[in-house]
Amino acid sequence: MLSRLHIRLESLIVLVVLSAGMALLSPVFLSVNNLFNIILATATFGVLAIGATFVISSAGLDLSLGSVLGLSSVVGAALVVTLEWPWYFAILGSLIAGTLAGAVNGFIVTRGMVPAFIVTLGMLGIARGLALIISGGRGIYGLPNEILFLGQARPLGVPTPVFILALVAVISHYILAHTRFGHHTLALGDNEAAAKATGIDINRQRMLLYMLSGLMAGIAGLIFTARVNTGDPTAGLNYELLAITAAIIGGTNLFGGRGSILGTMIGALIMGVLQNGLNLLAVQAYYQQMAIGMVLIAAVWLDQVRDRKRS
Amino acid sequence: MALLSLKGLKKSFGSIEVLRGIDLEINPSEVIGLVGDNGAGKSTLMKSITGVYSLDEGMIGFQNQDVTTLPPGERRARGIEMIYQDLALAPQQDIANNIFLGREPTKRLWGFLPGFVDKEKIDAEALKMIDRLGARIPSIHVPVGRLSGGQQQTVAIARALTFDPKLVIMDEPTAALAVREVEGVLKLIEQMRDAGIAVILISHRLNDIFAACQRIVVLRRGSVIADLQREATDMNEVVSYIVGAHG
Repeated sequence: MLSRLHIRLESLIVLVVLSAGMALLSPVFLSVNNLFNIILATATFGVLAIGATFVISSAGLDLSLGSVLGLSSVVGAALVVTLEWPWYFAILGSLIAGTLAGAVNGFIVTRGMVPAFIVTLGMLGIARGLALIISGGRGIYGLPNEILFLGQARPLGVPTPVFILALVAVISHYILAHTRFGHHTLALGDNEAAAKATGIDINRQRMLLYMLSGLMAGIAGLIFTARVNTGDPTAGLNYELLAITAAIIGGTNLFGGRGSILGTMIGALIMGVLQNGLNLLAVQAYYQQMAIGMVLIAAVWLDQVRDRKRS
Repeated sequence: MALLSLKGLKKSFGSIEVLRGIDLEINPSEVIGLVGDNGAGKSTLMKSITGVYSLDEGMIGFQNQDVTTLPPGERRARGIEMIYQDLALAPQQDIANNIFLGREPTKRLWGFLPGFVDKEKIDAEALKMIDRLGARIPSIHVPVGRLSGGQQQTVAIARALTFDPKLVIMDEPTAALAVREVEGVLKLIEQMRDAGIAVILISHRLNDIFAACQRIVVLRRGSVIADLQREATDMNEVVSYIVGAHG
């Protein structure tokens, strides 16, 4: 059953054990309010992690996710607040800004002269710089209610970002696990030469993957803007670390060929629980950064050990 | 009427001229052996036929149509298949998905969601093909990377044969196989010929070439230097062409 859903038993166990541990250590952990907090925080980087899953399972990498989130947050807010355009331009602007940044990544990566690692690292700087330039380095406040609804409302008692994450995850799962695009993504990550030889247009595939990743950053940027009622040029700082870690502990192969959106959702929840738990235990934010970094390294290490055993 | 006709194919990598004007015609159900020393241009020539490499000059005709500029997928769709020496398999994907790689059939999920890969059909067809090839595999859902060399070879062959090819190029198909498995491949070539499929067999093993091919083409330094009928030649002559004793 789990393997049919592309979920790893190990990640589920980690999630359960981690949650049980936090529940024991902090009485507040299991309160409804706190569970909403976790899932709400998870929603933003969870969407990013979906983008990371697509790109990494094709043997690519997108380090610009967090910065592009910030850029799309600022672009959406600037259009609506500064230029006073109608509210839906915040949505369109955020999504288009993210997708365009992804398209630039994809375009340069497919030219083949610069590795994805460098292209997206460069974009990490470019997008952040652009966000700061557009916003003049300050947050853009005062978004219309239609936008705030996307971050702060609770239809049926559940925060809107959770619905957005769920919708994006279901569609993405369908795409990655059940469409030709998904099959070709995994094949490309598994063996590029084989993908090319069997007639898959690998450049088009890569281009679309980076655009998709950028689109996810755009969606996450929109959620962020709506949650904090600000177009924030520093939004999403270090989120690529969270997103990539969530994807990897969810079972995505860092070297491509394997990836699952549902697995990534488990991974994102693990990161969400970890962050939230450390907050409840009053662990300083500085230590949390360290903890997340260590989880990433440990996850890849364990994955390598396991693969080596298998072969 | 020739199935495949190559006219004046030229290809260079940097300053190295790998193909220097190749002319060759292959008829339906013809099995030709392509031999030549390492670096003679065999692999480059084959990858130009499949479209993985684009040519600098020359024309590739297939079934009387110019396919010179078509991408690999388009050429596969017209019936040009190649079994690569490294087998070109995706090791973490299962056997069935590898056989249908790049050609996944789709349907509408619940009657309306488009683009849903028809995994049931893939599995069923893949299993049929594997059975037809008489291979023993544990399950159609095993990742290809966990199979033995011979089993992987079978998957690569199954992929080439599943879509009614007209021409199958085999690059060193017997190099990594046990004796019993080699016989299986040679028998398969015979069956393909009987089914009207043309085969280009690339091999260093002249025994296999002589066993399977009616016609033997020798490539040397990017040119065809001999085009021999099996009945009219012998191994010594072929070897002398390969090593350049004929100039």
